[in-house]
Amino acid sequence: MLPSPFEFERPSTITDAVRAFGDSGDGMFYSGGTELLLAMKLRVIHTDRLIDIKSILGLDRIALTDANDIEIGARCTHNKIARDPVIRQYVPALSSLCANVANIRVRSVGTIGGNLCFGEPHADPPTMLAALDARLVLQGASGTRLVHVDDFIKSELETVREPDELLTVIVFPRPTGPVTYRRFKHGERPSVNVAMVWSMDAAASTITSARVRVGALGSRPQPLKGVEDALRGLSVAEVRPAIEAVLPTALDELEVNEDRHGAADYKRHLARVLLLRNADEAIAAGWSA
Amino acid sequence: MTHVLPISFSLNGQAIAIDVPTHTLLIDLIRDRLGLKGTKRSCDMQVCGACTVLLDGEPISSCTTLAVDVDQREITTVEGVTPPDGLSRIQKAFVLHGGLQCGFCTPGFIMAVTALLKATPHPTDEQIRHYLHGNLCRCTGYTKIFEAVRSLAAEQVSEDAA
Repeated sequence: MLPSPFEFERPSTITDAVRAFGDSGDGMFYSGGTELLLAMKLRVIHTDRLIDIKSILGLDRIALTDANDIEIGARCTHNKIARDPVIRQYVPALSSLCANVANIRVRSVGTIGGNLCFGEPHADPPTMLAALDARLVLQGASGTRLVHVDDFIKSELETVREPDELLTVIVFPRPTGPVTYRRFKHGERPSVNVAMVWSMDAAASTITSARVRVGALGSRPQPLKGVEDALRGLSVAEVRPAIEAVLPTALDELEVNEDRHGAADYKRHLARVLLLRNADEAIAAGWSA
Repeated sequence: MTHVLPISFSLNGQAIAIDVPTHTLLIDLIRDRLGLKGTKRSCDMQVCGACTVLLDGEPISSCTTLAVDVDQREITTVEGVTPPDGLSRIQKAFVLHGGLQCGFCTPGFIMAVTALLKATPHPTDEQIRHYLHGNLCRCTGYTKIFEAVRSLAAEQVSEDAA
């Protein structure tokens, strides 16, 4: 049993969910509970009211829009994203990532929106969503706003979401080049992870821009600016030496939290290995594209 | 007054209607109020898999699920997959291959394997490892469990015999 009872509401629309939050100031949106219920058991989070968003139609929708954006409803479970035909076709690396989050039970009920809103640094999805330049739709009593994933997570377990704002949709442009993701882990959560997204020119031979994010190294996914700059305008054949030339300096600039996953040098080493393996995979994909 | 809610759900095919406090966890409802003790609590943080039950056929951790969340849903526990006159083919395979010693993790493994074989009747070795990696066993070293599941993966059975 959890420490204390709470009110439990099941709104069927986003408007009702935000309204249910009301004036109490102590309500929380709730879906899979894979993070929230653990925190409540540990008595580090207390709430008088859970607002269950699972009855809201449309929050589990996945679609490719006319504007060539991919939209993922915030309460899509990891399993749903892993199995979704749109994601498998256009972002297979995200499908694969979601098929490997935590364990099969977490994937059955845990949602991508909850994962983002919890702000856990040792998590899989935020790193790739930041590399994909995803925007998050937040709906609250005072209106709707769009926040980039890079700006959403402030620090460990801390985001810019106001308590009465509901994350409804995750949107990112359909990738035009290889998307790669790798992680190293011992248990349920990644010790370090790296995501890399290349935008390619029409001939699929030159990288027009690259986004690289390293997660779990510090308190939030961080851009590897030096590598991103080095990759811009390169042909695929030039990638590997270009990355190796700038990588040590780029990694030294990142914030590293020494934690039970390892010391700073070790975690940087993991990031280096993961990034180079991502690059090899993207190079192979680039040649065949 | 809204801290207790009426729920109706199917437990191993049997209709249950019961009032539950909102902070009741599914595992406590199943074990303490409904008396089915096959589902085990161990890590209590959704890591070990001992408390695995099926929610509409998908494996979940009953230790980290609110009882109010199973309203209008179907729950299957290890009692629900155990024939009255003996053991299921999955349970028999665990016995035959030595896939258990103390037995505490076994109900969770049986439920996970039930879900795996329902979705993928003939899983590859890689699929078995991937699916079961979130169920922990401190006795067997996993090899015997893996061999038990692999023996089932090779079997040809009718849809409903699992």
